[in-house]
Amino acid sequence: MNRRLRRTLTWSRTNLFSTPANALLSVVSIWILWQVMSVSVDWLLLKATFTGASRVDCLKVDQGACWPFVSAKFSQFIYGRYPDTERWRVDIIFALGVLGLLPMIIPSVPFKRLNALFLLAVYPVLSFFLLTGGYFGLSEVETVLWGGLLVTLIVAITGIVMSLPLGILLALGRRSELPIIRWLSIGFIEIFRGVPLITVLFMASVMLPLFLPEGMNFDKLVRCLIGVTLFASAYMAEVVRGGLQAIPKGQYEAAHALGLGYWQSMRLVILPQALKLVIPGIVNTFIGLFKDTTLVLVVGIFDLLGIVQLNFTDSSWATPQTRITGYIFAGAVFWVFCFAMSRYSMFMERRLKTDRR
Amino acid sequence: MTKPAIEMQAVNKWYGDFHVLKDISLSVEKGEKIVICGPSGSGKSTLIRCINQLEMHQKGHIYVDGDEVEAGAVHPALSQGQIGMVFQQFNLFPHMTVLQNCTLAPIWVQNRSQKEANDIARSFLERVRIPDQADKYPAQLSGGQQQRVAIARALCMNPEIILFDEPTSALDPEMIKEVLDVMIELAVSGMTMICVTHEMGFARQVADRVIFMDEGEIVEENAPQAFFDNPQSDRTKLFLSQVLSH
Repeated sequence: MNRRLRRTLTWSRTNLFSTPANALLSVVSIWILWQVMSVSVDWLLLKATFTGASRVDCLKVDQGACWPFVSAKFSQFIYGRYPDTERWRVDIIFALGVLGLLPMIIPSVPFKRLNALFLLAVYPVLSFFLLTGGYFGLSEVETVLWGGLLVTLIVAITGIVMSLPLGILLALGRRSELPIIRWLSIGFIEIFRGVPLITVLFMASVMLPLFLPEGMNFDKLVRCLIGVTLFASAYMAEVVRGGLQAIPKGQYEAAHALGLGYWQSMRLVILPQALKLVIPGIVNTFIGLFKDTTLVLVVGIFDLLGIVQLNFTDSSWATPQTRITGYIFAGAVFWVFCFAMSRYSMFMERRLKTDRR
Repeated sequence: MTKPAIEMQAVNKWYGDFHVLKDISLSVEKGEKIVICGPSGSGKSTLIRCINQLEMHQKGHIYVDGDEVEAGAVHPALSQGQIGMVFQQFNLFPHMTVLQNCTLAPIWVQNRSQKEANDIARSFLERVRIPDQADKYPAQLSGGQQQRVAIARALCMNPEIILFDEPTSALDPEMIKEVLDVMIELAVSGMTMICVTHEMGFARQVADRVIFMDEGEIVEENAPQAFFDNPQSDRTKLFLSQVLSH
């Protein structure tokens, strides 16, 4: 015990208080940290209300977070206005998603090919039929009723899964020797990158129907998915292009000299190296996309943040702390997903590092 | 009379205004070993890169195995991996093991089975004397070992011709010999080889013909004995005195 104390003292003397300036910085930092921590812990835990049935439980003097608001609305935050009796369908999709994804992201689990086939081909189709219904005796649930985390995940995952291959094709197109392909790719990338996502979403949901022939109309959520995917793929294309440019010319030449065709050399030689190089950029785009999904609110789709905000108007939960509690909850959920992506990408980077001793 | 392995007729190439190849005519018989030397910028690398379409000539004709090399179409010999190439910078694929480097093209270009490709690769790795490195990544090998893997990788395609583009120029001096030994062995086995190199000892030992290029032209072309002992042109003499003096 005494020894550990002595070691701590030695450590802090060398690391925190080695010079007067260093000591001052340490003291200031610790003070700031203490202030932030104490206020947070106070508000989040000590002065917070954890159980209750309505706003009256959250009206103490010096009230902290109003957690009963979150627990009362929790299922709405997750499912939106998806009908109560049908929510088991969403649960199945969530569960299948986790069950499919977990073995995929753990490198040592076998059957990756089958697993990927399930996630990329079977799962989306299954999700579509199960969530929309109208078949096999399932009642139809219109997408206007979908909401909350369900919509956030649908928009984000569709965007992430679709934007990567699309972005790769655009990046290859931009570097193509065929002028028409190149011009089209450049045009697409520059138009979508030059326009805010809100504009793209408005275009997709308000303008697009005007251009379509009468009677032909497709779902608002689908239009949003397409908008988000195209927008993200333009960014992805530039990230991937950065990777392609970093691959030495000799790699292209060696592949060519071995008789590999264009698509073979891209798939087997160039892209595996290029994508590995730009994992941080790719995940950056994914994280950006995940948070941008909140913008679907502007076209009247209620994602997690949208549905949380919508519930601020519920007078039975109107307290001074409701808003901030809701925002903190939504922020925490977003943070968990983004942080997980970030950590996983760092893990993959380390795992794929083969070109150094 | 069999077709020559490579036939060049009045080949010209420009990089913008720079005339890099001037009326090059050259015929290489099957099994022949040619060494091309010359000062840097003389067009020797460009010349051999025109054979496997890494560069495109603008005038004249190049025939490989009787078929013309033309822009816009991959030459049949190349698409089957019959024109091997070994680069100055090795150009191994860093994300693959040595074995994977060697089996990639046999599997994808020649449609061999994984097992067949592995067997071929292992036998050639043995031939270049690094069978025990098969499961390492290129970055774990020395330069000489990497270049020998690159040679094995080319050999795995069972090519008719191998082009060497300054294969020892990027190597530390003590590793040059191990690569040259493999190349000599390959020459003795009867492979058609065109080597751009400054290794004059190698040229003397295995070349059937030595070609000296300067400023985009073939200045002199002769059997090694005559080339080294009795050079005709002043430019050749000057070049030889420079490379042989150290």
